Amino acid sequence: MHGEHKILSKRKLSDEVYRMEIEAPLVARERKAGQFVIVQCDENYAERIPLTIADANPEAGSVTIIFQTVGASTHKLALKEPGDGVVLLGPLGNPTHIEKFGWAVCVGGGIGLAPLHPIVKALKAAGNRVTVISGARTAELLIMQDEMNALADENIVVTDDGTAGRKALVTEPLGELCGRTPPPDIVVTVGPPVMMKFCAATTKPFGVKTLASLNTIMIDGTGMCGGCRVSVGGQTKFVCVDGPEFDAHEVDWAQMITRLGAYKSLEQADHDRCHLEMSIENLEAKNTGAAGTAGKAAK
Amino acid sequence: MSHMDTIYNENNARLELDRIRSMTLTPRDRMAIPVQEMPNQNPDLRRSNMDEVATGYTPDQAMVEAERCLQCKNAPCVAGCPVRVDIPGFIGKVREGDFAGAASVIKRTNLLPSICGRVCPQEKQCQLPCTLGKALKSVEKGVQIGRIERFVADYERNSGLLAPPPAAASTGKKVAIVGAGPAGLTCAVDVRRQGHEVVVFEAFHKAGGVMVYGIPEFRLPKALVASEAGVLESMGVSFEMSYLVGRTRKLSALLAEDGFSAAFIGTGAGLPKFMDIPGENLVGVFSANEYLTRTNLMKAYRKGEAATPLYPSRRVAVLGGGNVAMDSARMAMRLGAEEVHILYRRTREEMPARGEEVIHAMEEGIIFDFLRSPARVLGDQNGRVIGLEVTAFELGEADASGRRSPVAIRGSETVVPFDTVIVAVGNESNPLISRTTPELKVDRRGHIIVDEKQKTSIDRVYAGGDIVLGAATVILAMGEGRRAAAAINEVLQ
Repeated sequence: MHGEHKILSKRKLSDEVYRMEIEAPLVARERKAGQFVIVQCDENYAERIPLTIADANPEAGSVTIIFQTVGASTHKLALKEPGDGVVLLGPLGNPTHIEKFGWAVCVGGGIGLAPLHPIVKALKAAGNRVTVISGARTAELLIMQDEMNALADENIVVTDDGTAGRKALVTEPLGELCGRTPPPDIVVTVGPPVMMKFCAATTKPFGVKTLASLNTIMIDGTGMCGGCRVSVGGQTKFVCVDGPEFDAHEVDWAQMITRLGAYKSLEQADHDRCHLEMSIENLEAKNTGAAGTAGKAAK
Repeated sequence: MSHMDTIYNENNARLELDRIRSMTLTPRDRMAIPVQEMPNQNPDLRRSNMDEVATGYTPDQAMVEAERCLQCKNAPCVAGCPVRVDIPGFIGKVREGDFAGAASVIKRTNLLPSICGRVCPQEKQCQLPCTLGKALKSVEKGVQIGRIERFVADYERNSGLLAPPPAAASTGKKVAIVGAGPAGLTCAVDVRRQGHEVVVFEAFHKAGGVMVYGIPEFRLPKALVASEAGVLESMGVSFEMSYLVGRTRKLSALLAEDGFSAAFIGTGAGLPKFMDIPGENLVGVFSANEYLTRTNLMKAYRKGEAATPLYPSRRVAVLGGGNVAMDSARMAMRLGAEEVHILYRRTREEMPARGEEVIHAMEEGIIFDFLRSPARVLGDQNGRVIGLEVTAFELGEADASGRRSPVAIRGSETVVPFDTVIVAVGNESNPLISRTTPELKVDRRGHIIVDEKQKTSIDRVYAGGDIVLGAATVILAMGEGRRAAAAINEVLQ
């Protein structure tokens, strides 16, 4: 049965962040900004992981995902190599609504900069002036900067520890931009839920329309399980079929964050175990690599 | 039923067979043959394993049960079967001990008998009009058609006789089947038989639809569904897995650009309903779909192997009274819950679940709280479920459907501690196909509108199963798949 997709390339962007290009010609052709895929390491026991699409190349027939190793499944995915196959379903979710708004501010935090990239690209293509706010814990975790600098009219960089750009949270420059006259026409935010929650709180007093792209727990990604449900404006919505983007001022953030943490205690144990396994594998890879070189040299 | 009971039943079947084989049976004699009970795993054992509950007839039992059939000329049972299996025909073969012959009679109209034999509600279909049951004044005492069917199908598979039905010479025409559930698979077989090329598109990574994500292993082993899907592959049906028609590729593109001459939509009823009560988004509240998908399709019960986590449960409340509620409750029990309750607003009489499933659940220690429904889900400061506020009901006047409607008893609210709540109150239609295919007409509830030949508002596009019917059964979906296939074969002639 068909359904396996080949990994074409893999690059480690930082300690916990990986970039993979996966062969998926149909997804590459159909996908639009804001959509995601579900990736599964194998079809027997592996978990289904929802991941936003960072980029796509319809000519090469590939999509790019960027992910952080947060639990057992993302660790397992990180251990895959080019040539290995994965299960991939997509593109899922509704595309971002793109039009000429005027001035758009796009706020990306950490790994959220990856899915923000196609949104910035689409907003630019629609003729918007785009300001990007790129945030990360530390300089090493700051990704997609070449792409953002090339695309955005302005790219404001902030880090928690000041190792790159301003030492600030993304909400600081966001608040300043909203205070300008006229304020931004739209804000789009993708990143950790807590960051998106505070972005929403920052823009609300200014009445600036704000969209947040949610990444909740999901199984099928097609509306069947309801595991991804969130409360938006007092109504229960499914992120997979109604989202993933919602009015950030209407999202019940406390509930969303709680639901996201449903398996945290189970995941933490896995995470620690995986880190140990990965360091062992890395060590082994280094050792065999060294042995290989030695062998070649001997010839 | 205990192991000793099983042996007793098997011996009895042997003795009974010897007895009836020595005489010429009149209809009266056949009526006197006792119903052959289905051997089951002991409840105390099975409530902690995933193995199949019903272990299946022995050959003797199947032959004795077959002798109960009166071979009515008008065969009312056939009319009761949505896919019109020649029931007297295959039962006649079983009587002769020709099990392979029986299998080929069934296969003429039903390619998935091991599934139907297990999950069809025979008591509402073929067995309902059974003359023997009528004579004995009990549907339960009618010929156990499903049990015999299952025996025949298992016999065929276990003897390595499973062979794909022949397909006619290639017509060069291609048909797209959207969804690899019971409707889609049935349609695929019938279309393929006519020599058309068939591609089945499935969003999940495994074929079977509700038969792999919903119905639990202990009721329908997944290996069996895989083997049935394998038969389709050997017929030349191809499968595109992890392919979501509407998103991965538009339905219109399949027809206009990819060379498909017709399409069948069998995407199922995939959007779980909730109760719409406060607290339903707390951590620990699941739709039955999510709970069962985690455990069945993602195999979360295989701890250490499966990566999909399972929420640890001690006290579980299942809301609803259908087969899915029974499945969820029995699954929770097998996963180690200490106490599992089913809360249902009406009484056992009105419960839509199959009698057999209710009895199995009761045997396994599931507690039934009839005339009870939650008013709210209660949570702790971490947003996790700690209990339900439950309202008691009484049955009032009969409503338009003839069912007595439940009326809340004022002041009856009590708080019952639970750490897990599974909502099994049905599904709405999945909006994906209709949203991405605007020209497809759907009704107010999102079900695809079809004519008597299952044709939709789009030319050469047919639909069937739960996406048309709302939540129904595997066999009704198969019936619609078959009808659509006949229409497709007709237009492609």
